[in-house]
Amino acid sequence: MTDFFFRFRQNRLALVGLIVILLYAVLAVAAPWAAPHDPYAMSAEAMLAEPGRDYWLGADPFGRDIFSRVLYGARLSLMVGAIAAGIALVAGTIMGMAAGYFGRWTDAVLSRIMDVLFSFPDILLALVIMAILGPSTVNVMIAIGIVYTPIFARIARASTLSVKEADFVEAAKSMGARPMAILWRHILPNIAAPLIIQTTLSFAFAILAEAALSFLGLGVEPDAPSWGIMLNEGKNWMEQAWWVAVIPGVAITLAVLSFNVLGDGLRDALDPKLRSKGA
Amino acid sequence: MAKQETILDVRDLSVRFRTREGVVRAVDGVDLSVRKGEILGVVGESGCGKSVTAQAIMRLLGDARTEEVTGRVVLDGEELLTKTEKEMTRLRGRKLAMIFQDPMTSLNPVFTVGAQIAEGPRWHERLSRKAAGRRSVEMLEMVGIPSPAERAKQYPHEFSGGMRQRAVVGMALSGRPDLLIADEPTTALDVTIQSQILDLLRDLRDRTGAGMIFITHDMGVVAQLCDRVAVMYAGSIVEEAPVKELFKNPRHPYSQGLLASLPVLGSHARLRPIEGRPPDLMRLPAGCRFADRCPFAFEKCVQRPPLMPAGPEHRSACWLEEEKKDD
Repeated sequence: MTDFFFRFRQNRLALVGLIVILLYAVLAVAAPWAAPHDPYAMSAEAMLAEPGRDYWLGADPFGRDIFSRVLYGARLSLMVGAIAAGIALVAGTIMGMAAGYFGRWTDAVLSRIMDVLFSFPDILLALVIMAILGPSTVNVMIAIGIVYTPIFARIARASTLSVKEADFVEAAKSMGARPMAILWRHILPNIAAPLIIQTTLSFAFAILAEAALSFLGLGVEPDAPSWGIMLNEGKNWMEQAWWVAVIPGVAITLAVLSFNVLGDGLRDALDPKLRSKGA
Repeated sequence: MAKQETILDVRDLSVRFRTREGVVRAVDGVDLSVRKGEILGVVGESGCGKSVTAQAIMRLLGDARTEEVTGRVVLDGEELLTKTEKEMTRLRGRKLAMIFQDPMTSLNPVFTVGAQIAEGPRWHERLSRKAAGRRSVEMLEMVGIPSPAERAKQYPHEFSGGMRQRAVVGMALSGRPDLLIADEPTTALDVTIQSQILDLLRDLRDRTGAGMIFITHDMGVVAQLCDRVAVMYAGSIVEEAPVKELFKNPRHPYSQGLLASLPVLGSHARLRPIEGRPPDLMRLPAGCRFADRCPFAFEKCVQRPPLMPAGPEHRSACWLEEEKKDD
């Protein structure tokens, strides 16, 4: 564990990523106090206001403060990211471990389901699920969760396959361990590292997917302060008011980039064998 | 301990693996018995079916589609081969337990040693976390680990190889099993540690009265530890005798060959290896499996010899026994 922190601290970029994410998290939690304006309040005078003293990052075509909306958007994005990645992590891990450990028809059935899900492009699959469920924040989380489940299932299955042959699993069996005890106590802790890494990376994908779905109008409720919706509204005003589109775009980019470098840093620290040569 | 109660009785145990190339007869008609408080050595070269026999007794062979186990395995009056997996789960660790070859990999790296020893008692005896913790400290003390209370809180990587194997022995004995199967538990250890572990096993046998099957390819270890020996060759037992008797008076040509290939301290005579290789377990000869390599082979060896009496408690699967009797 001390090795892990040592290796992680050596990766400056990952550390910066972590700090940016923590900053986002703090701002998201503190949004009701930190936001200078009500993110939903429209005002005719402030319509497309330039960034300045009253509206730090400008205002959108409805006169809503962009900075406040970006803060509330962080709330939404992090929540969707956390819950969607959480759904994918839990569902994928359970299915992957079951498939890897029990093998036979359990593996055949679960792996084929995962293969089918995998065969659709991510966004297309999410769009189909959203079209069936209807736009809402909860449905976005479910849809993104389902889309990223197969990745976790594959990682969990492959890791389970290798760990279940370990001597200590055989030893636990010879002591009378039940399958659940073996899976929970002996296999899960030993396959946690790749799953943690994938969770951080999926967090980034989920934020991006939420923005994309919302941009396309099949995401969260239309008046919600989603970065994707803001981007969509802003694209029509690019020539008059660049800030309406660029600010949420930067927010998305920074968040996704931070999660990605954090994920890479975690991978290098948790599993030095996978370490990329450039790092 | 000649008249002790039998704890394990194995009759005509066979294990066949179905592979793409054909059926491998890994174990073929093995008979074994272990008495309470007795250490039975099972010796033989790599691939002769020692470990598979152990796994079959533990019912740890994985896949029923590719592995066929037949015969009878009776532990303390209970037939094991007909038990469901659920019933076996309740027996493993409580009635029979196993020690594995490599102590470096048979402990889970993410849990403390104490927590791993405590697992069995928590499952089988429904002990509380605290009581199971006390049991694990007791077990560590029993297997001779100094300051067991502190050691129980450490992780496997903080233990040396010998200490780990002690902890593994403690884990196996935590449920006070009637039968302990040790599958080459000293092969991965250096010689001084090996000897300590053997002393420990003998001492624990004396204190717990458990029966023990000790699997090894090392005749020296057998001489040091075991009460009785079964010599395995190509999936069957070819000779069985009390350990002193076997070393003094080996009857089966294979056992004679094994003993002749051991170095003797101070002797400058060349070691005599057994010529040839064991038969392919997929294409076993109909007769005696050792006949190809046997210097005494004669016409009768095209038939398979059963284990025949060769002295008090001494049996050998060789037609030479019959010849001697006829004389």
